[in-house]
Amino acid sequence: MTLSRQEVATVGKLARLALTETELDTMTRELSNIVGFVSLLEELDTTRVEPLAHPLDTQNVFREDVVGASLTTAEALQSAPRHDGQHFLVPAVLGESGAA
Amino acid sequence: MQPADLSAIDIVTAIRQGDLTALQCTEAFLNRIEQLNGSINAFLNIDRDGAMATATAIDARRRAGQPLGPLAGLPVAVKDALCTADLPTTCASKMLALFQPPYDAHVVSRLRQADAVIVGKTNMDEFAMGGSNENSAFGPVHNPWDLSRAPGGSSGGSAACVAADMAPVAIGSDTGGSIRQPAGLCGITGLKPTYGRVSRRGLIAFASSLDQVGPMARSAADCALLLETIAGHDPGDSTSLAVDVPRYTELLEQPLTGVRIGRVPEHFAAGLDPEVAKGVEEAFAVFKAAGATVHDIQMPHAKYGVPTYYLVAPCEASSNLARYDGVHYGHRCAEQSQRTGTKTSGSELPLVEMYCRSRGEGFGPEVKRRIMLGTYALSSGYYDAYYAKALKVRRLIRQDYLDAFQKVDLIGGPVSATAAFTLGEKTGDPLAMYLVDLYTVCTNLAGVGGISFPCGFTKSGLPIGFQLQSPALAEPLLLRASDRFQRLTDWHRRRPSLPASATSLPVARAPH
Amino acid sequence: MPQFISAAQSPFTTIVGLEVHVQLQTQTKLFCSCSTRFGAAPNTQVCPVCIGLPGSLPVMNRQAFLLAVKAALALDCTIAPFTKWDRKNYFYPDLPKGYQISQFDLPFSSNGTLEVVDPKGAFAPRRVGIVRVHLEEDAGKSLHDETAGTGDTRIDLNRAGTPLCEIVTQPDLRSPQEARAWLNELKLLLEYLSVSDCNMQEGSLRVDANVNLHIPQPDGRMAKTPIVEIKNMNSFRSVERALIYETKRQWGEWQETHAEMGKTPKQTRGWDDPAGVTRAQRHKEESSDYRYFPEPDLVPVTVSFEQLADLRASMGEPPVALRKSLEKRLSISAYDADVLVNQGRAFVDYFEELASILGVGKLASNWMQQDVMRTLKERGDTITSFPIRPAGLANLISRVTAGDFDTSRAREIFAEMLVGGRSAADVIATLGIAFVGDDELISVCREIIAANPKIVADIQGGKEQAAAGFIGHAKKKNPNINPSKVRAMCIELIRAIQ
Repeated sequence: MTLSRQEVATVGKLARLALTETELDTMTRELSNIVGFVSLLEELDTTRVEPLAHPLDTQNVFREDVVGASLTTAEALQSAPRHDGQHFLVPAVLGESGAA
Repeated sequence: MQPADLSAIDIVTAIRQGDLTALQCTEAFLNRIEQLNGSINAFLNIDRDGAMATATAIDARRRAGQPLGPLAGLPVAVKDALCTADLPTTCASKMLALFQPPYDAHVVSRLRQADAVIVGKTNMDEFAMGGSNENSAFGPVHNPWDLSRAPGGSSGGSAACVAADMAPVAIGSDTGGSIRQPAGLCGITGLKPTYGRVSRRGLIAFASSLDQVGPMARSAADCALLLETIAGHDPGDSTSLAVDVPRYTELLEQPLTGVRIGRVPEHFAAGLDPEVAKGVEEAFAVFKAAGATVHDIQMPHAKYGVPTYYLVAPCEASSNLARYDGVHYGHRCAEQSQRTGTKTSGSELPLVEMYCRSRGEGFGPEVKRRIMLGTYALSSGYYDAYYAKALKVRRLIRQDYLDAFQKVDLIGGPVSATAAFTLGEKTGDPLAMYLVDLYTVCTNLAGVGGISFPCGFTKSGLPIGFQLQSPALAEPLLLRASDRFQRLTDWHRRRPSLPASATSLPVARAPH
Repeated sequence: MPQFISAAQSPFTTIVGLEVHVQLQTQTKLFCSCSTRFGAAPNTQVCPVCIGLPGSLPVMNRQAFLLAVKAALALDCTIAPFTKWDRKNYFYPDLPKGYQISQFDLPFSSNGTLEVVDPKGAFAPRRVGIVRVHLEEDAGKSLHDETAGTGDTRIDLNRAGTPLCEIVTQPDLRSPQEARAWLNELKLLLEYLSVSDCNMQEGSLRVDANVNLHIPQPDGRMAKTPIVEIKNMNSFRSVERALIYETKRQWGEWQETHAEMGKTPKQTRGWDDPAGVTRAQRHKEESSDYRYFPEPDLVPVTVSFEQLADLRASMGEPPVALRKSLEKRLSISAYDADVLVNQGRAFVDYFEELASILGVGKLASNWMQQDVMRTLKERGDTITSFPIRPAGLANLISRVTAGDFDTSRAREIFAEMLVGGRSAADVIATLGIAFVGDDELISVCREIIAANPKIVADIQGGKEQAAAGFIGHAKKKNPNINPSKVRAMCIELIRAIQ
């Protein structure tokens, strides 16, 4: 199982990870090895098996709709790389809002 | 007699009875931490001032006759993956080097409410990803039994600090063996509770469906003491179980007569170091002598544990770590382009480049590898072949446990294939490093409980770990069996030869 | 704006599907206890959970889930007995966790309908299929500098984590006008249920529209233009205008290029309201690979038949049933019922109380539609804070019916009642309006007949309408006198003389 350098670069973009040329080479080799290793699962017939995403069988956990304490703006912004005292600041965003 | 030689149970008893003050105890451990941390690197942050202030306040309350919590005066080291409102929380990552949480993890709050004294935050593999502690952005932890060797990971700092008597107990987290494996390699006792037994709120997530916080100490009895405080329902964690917490420390007495322990023959296949195999087999003999019976059982899907784990965990991690994008907290790359060098009011970098560079600079190689792997395995076209497939195998693995626990009460075996390996030995080969989790990942995939404790030493003097796994919420039995083993053996009492702490303190009571 | 081409004469059919996001009317956010109040100072309603701080965990708001289920029930959806949440992964600065907690393969409801009927028959009743309704969290707000490209974007996370219901329709709408009418009906329904305040200015209701054209070809084949998704529409009027524009644009483009669906990727266009045009938006990089997977921090939710029955019982009549019920119970026209119901639940409650006191639906409906609605509009007020309560208004109307004074006099009293919510009797007393008895009426009429022989002659000559000339004279003598009574009495007296 091998991944191409191009595939790895695409995954890097999707994951928002800047990879140097050297990192890209190493990552391509290592990911290929790991993907080859995890492909061991292919030998198991799982056609009749339901996926298990979570070990718990718990259901219906809710909280009541009651307002609780929020952070102060200063606390909310205390670890922000850049802020104006009221907002988090990021490089200008063009295009539509991320709201889905 | 020095506090460092006392068990946690003895320390809290001595402090409650006035034989030792919280301040004396805290100061003794802080001194030892400061003396040894340069060579072991178990702590990323030592809170001398905070710990002394807490200890002083506890002593004052005791003198005033006010009620004290169950852990009053007990020094505790906390893995740097748990948020603390008064100490930076880095997860051993450059990404969070400057991060100061505005809140305490639920477990940290419980420790404070119990009047424990938090002495500092322990080193770990970055974002808990690793089995050697070499993935810390702040340098590896050195195994107290041999400073040239790894302590295991990811809770390597917590394991090493307990082994080196820098703290009587520590908090770790276990996603695929991160409490049990370093406990085994450092010769201490570490418990991974049932998924949901301990709240994850404030534990910086690696893989949410696998992560669990647990106690690390010198003995099972001390783990029981710590678990009594940290376990229990937290309405702020939807995956926290609303089940009463037993009095673990009071459930240790019953003998093991009739307890059935499973032994998996495949655990002893090629790859298991013969010295480790011998130690593990001898441990089974001890359990038999204690009245338990040992039965060979099948775990047919155990061999798929590591590949399943290395899909499930990276997939969840790729999403859990998306929040580290340099916007709201964490590392952000330099924003002015080198080309102009002029000062502007705002940023010049386009947003996407800011993201990619911040994350590229902030994360270490192993974290990047897992984010890449998880992103790939979840991406369109690969989801079914990798992630969905792994979830199906996960069900088969859990079914193995359900079937096994029809026949036996506990499953015993090795915790690692070898004793502590040399620093640098596996860093060039990610896959070799992943295989150190061979015996531990299935516990997390199934969500059941597991404990590891020392069951012998190699000829070169390195501890050998034994692992017990139990059905969900059977921590009382896990702790009782381990405690019984420790009443019959003294492996857990052995100490690495490290410089003794500077001063001796008068203590009336001797350790049991 | 050119005339909309009606379906009968159009060379194409317009196909519209809508995706509506509705903010649920809860006190707190979906996964944390921060307030959802609109208009707070930036980043004051935030906590570790909605900032996505490391280690924070979500816990589902029960009320949000119940409101979402109510909405789905009202839209005739099938409610899934088991539902779970998924992470939708994408990077955006107003999405602090790097993923949105949403629902992917097992939404809590699917397969519903909502019909819209135009009482004037502008279009045939249209039953619109609902693909699914699901519950998800909102993102924060990105405030962009006007001089984009150089400045910073400011992020306010007060809105992050607010509960949203996403409602996705089938492409069943056939005109911009229908789309607007359907949205009005949806809004009304959600307001009736108190599921959402649907305030578009505050962003509690947002609409995206998918539109394309089906064009029958000479060979009998149906050509379909590429589907365009329109965003950034800030009112239902904008939705209608944008769809009208886009329909024309696509028709023009078709005539030029004959480009069909599937040959180009789905395009997103933003509505520029002042310019009245849609503009192509920049394609989001790898926008489609959201890497959905089950949210491991939340547990699934199951819903029982009993819970659904209880919820249904608590919902009250939806607008469509209420219109029919008012029409039948209070003998008003379908048109009147529609106008009244469209004013909202509180307005209908007021109307029903008024009608029940008066015992006449039509009369109550007239007053509600004329005087009450006009006043509310003038004052920018809502019925809940309307100073005249139904009993007071009923009292006024019944005195008009009894002939105590005429409608124009009643309007004067109505206007005075609005000031501080005074009773009709109180206003009548202060204005010095006294009831004019029959004796005084006869005496006044005799006086003015005597004083106006010209009018009397006209009436005697057969021109009864000349009696209107008496009214001014009568009002001078007693301003409270009822004009129609004056007219009738004068004619009667003149005839008696003859």
